[in-house]
Amino acid sequence: MIVNNSKTLLSVEGLRASINGTEILKGIDLTVKSGEIHAIMGLNGSGKSTLAKVLAGHSAYEITGGTIRFEDKDLLGLAPEERARSGLFLAFQYPIEIPGVANTQFLRLAYNTIQAQRGKEELDPLEFDDFVREKMKLLDMNPDFLDRSVNEGFSGGEKKRNEILQMALLEPKLSILDEMDSGLDIDALKTVANGVNQITNKDNATILVTHYQRLLDYVVPDFVHIMQSGSIVMTGGKELALELETRGYDWVTANKQSIAGAIA
Amino acid sequence: MSAVLQSLVNQPYKHGFVTEIESDIAPKGLNEDTIRLISAKKNEPEWLLSFRLKAYQKWLTMTEPEWQNVHYPKIDFQAISYYSAPKPKKKLASMDEVDPELLRTFEKLGVPMHERAALAGVAVDVIFDSVSVATTYKQKLADVGIIFCSISEAVHTHPELIQKYLGTVVPVGDNYFAALNSAVFTDGSFCFIPKGVKCPMDLSTYFRINTEGSGQFERTLIIAEEDAAVSYLEGCTAPRFDTNQLHAAVVELVALDNADIKYSTVQNWYAGDENGIGGIYNFVTKRGLAKGRNSRISWTQVETGSAITWKYPSCILRGDNSVGEFYSVAVTNNYQQADTGTKMIHLGKNTRSTIVSKGISAGHSNSSYRGLVRIAPTAEGARNYSQCDSMLIGDQCGAHTFPYIQVHNNSAIVEHEASTSKIGEDQLFYFSQRGINAEEAVSMIINGFCKDVFQQLPMEFAVEATKLLSFKLEGSVG
Repeated sequence: MIVNNSKTLLSVEGLRASINGTEILKGIDLTVKSGEIHAIMGLNGSGKSTLAKVLAGHSAYEITGGTIRFEDKDLLGLAPEERARSGLFLAFQYPIEIPGVANTQFLRLAYNTIQAQRGKEELDPLEFDDFVREKMKLLDMNPDFLDRSVNEGFSGGEKKRNEILQMALLEPKLSILDEMDSGLDIDALKTVANGVNQITNKDNATILVTHYQRLLDYVVPDFVHIMQSGSIVMTGGKELALELETRGYDWVTANKQSIAGAIA
Repeated sequence: MSAVLQSLVNQPYKHGFVTEIESDIAPKGLNEDTIRLISAKKNEPEWLLSFRLKAYQKWLTMTEPEWQNVHYPKIDFQAISYYSAPKPKKKLASMDEVDPELLRTFEKLGVPMHERAALAGVAVDVIFDSVSVATTYKQKLADVGIIFCSISEAVHTHPELIQKYLGTVVPVGDNYFAALNSAVFTDGSFCFIPKGVKCPMDLSTYFRINTEGSGQFERTLIIAEEDAAVSYLEGCTAPRFDTNQLHAAVVELVALDNADIKYSTVQNWYAGDENGIGGIYNFVTKRGLAKGRNSRISWTQVETGSAITWKYPSCILRGDNSVGEFYSVAVTNNYQQADTGTKMIHLGKNTRSTIVSKGISAGHSNSSYRGLVRIAPTAEGARNYSQCDSMLIGDQCGAHTFPYIQVHNNSAIVEHEASTSKIGEDQLFYFSQRGINAEEAVSMIINGFCKDVFQQLPMEFAVEATKLLSFKLEGSVG
């Protein structure tokens, strides 16, 4: 939601980033305020997932220009774990598997790390168990998730739910959800979207990185940005995604100058 | 990334200090006189001296093995002192009489003896450089007929048992290092669980090498009679030295009908520094004979130390329906080398064996799993399941698997699974994105990887092992 007197959470200016000498992001500008939901759309290879990883601080990417501010911090000066502890969360497109580590153990470590950072009380395993079970109801998750190894043998939908569960637990200020809809059937998509909608509020913000409009029927964005070849070429409201759905990405290519100009 | 990996690997050895206790050291060198000296120092009977001399003669005819996947300069066996004992003023009856300096050493090692013994209910037969200093809980064990003492003591108090079993599982000429041990062993533990007795507590020994330049040749013998059961814990640390030290122990286990022996080890000998200088050569022969029907021998080991580890705790499954198990975690870092695994020799009918080996390599280290599963023609219906997993941390280390499978009976079922994984950038990124730093991440990944083995350890050992692994790998990723 767009709220009055909201404060700027994220401010990206002229961001350029490369991997192995190849430039992927070619000058990104993006401002996200509290309460807002942004969708970043684009074809495979447009750089949208790279943007998500660069914001979270993946070490494979070299930042070659621009700035990122997160609240009052220079994000580029922070290690990935410091960014996370400051309230930036990335839901992974491909969450990793950790054989032999019970999900609850991992979740509690992550939760307590963030709690400690915020000067809040850490939970012991029993307290955490009560707490996490409550959160799992948001996502209609079976409690046996807690005892299974982290993401090991999880279906695509289970992995995504587990990511959103972490978002619910860690209560980030800014959540970046990378291809949250990929691999989900419509029921799972609704459940996950419903979970996200319950977590979002006027004090936090969300960036949805997605290829398709489908997700945006359930998590409705305030802004839609279209990326192509490492740049945001169009920005609009939620109707831009619908337009894109009807006309396809070719339409963007043909019209990006004029439309972008019109919207700006 | 590799800088990140390197920083986690390089952690100074915590237990690097020398305890100043007067030692009684034999002159360097090995010949018949040395052996006679050791035997005389220990006031041994004639039969044991001849056992030693026979082993020595055998050893002279043998050559040092070279087939293993480890590399080190030739050992000069004449430059080693074969006997070193702290000088006790008198025979010690209780912990209170133990040299306070020695107790402080245990404190530094994090082994508060009184507490450990009392709280955990563990009887600890303390080995300090080759000679047993104190034995606790002896009376309590004696009440149920269990003998748990140093092997030198048992030679005098129970010569018939020693004579009956010593060298029956690992013969004097079994291999080069076992022969050497048989010739010069100074002390070790002896444990005898009589028929029908389930040992009421875990039996534990802490080993520690202390005198610079002295070899350490432990000899352990554990017998479980019919329907008996025992869980034995062995833990090792050693202080820091620049000259390599040889450790060539022999452990023999004998399980009679329906007996159950569980032998757990956490090994943390000094591994050498980050450039591969110094460290212990750990060349150990451990073997269990599942002699009786339905007997079970289970080895669990967590190997984190030593410059070189050469060790294959094995089971000879002679009794019908007998069971052999081997659960191993071997961690190598810096320039450590480990060639470890097991041998499961199936002789009896319906014998079963399980092998779970987890190798973790970091730094410039090399870790090899080497295992033999042999199904003899007599082993009708034998089964084996082997699982060998390797994990690599960084790109300078190596992991190798050498499985040997020999099946001479068509009814046998033998399964072998192997995997290799790597702690990579993406995994660490996932953790860091949840606010978790690299060290905690590695610790969690490793402990998950080793879970199947840690589950086999007695509780307090499992906690220790978990901490030890995190500690060993600190700085290897970050």
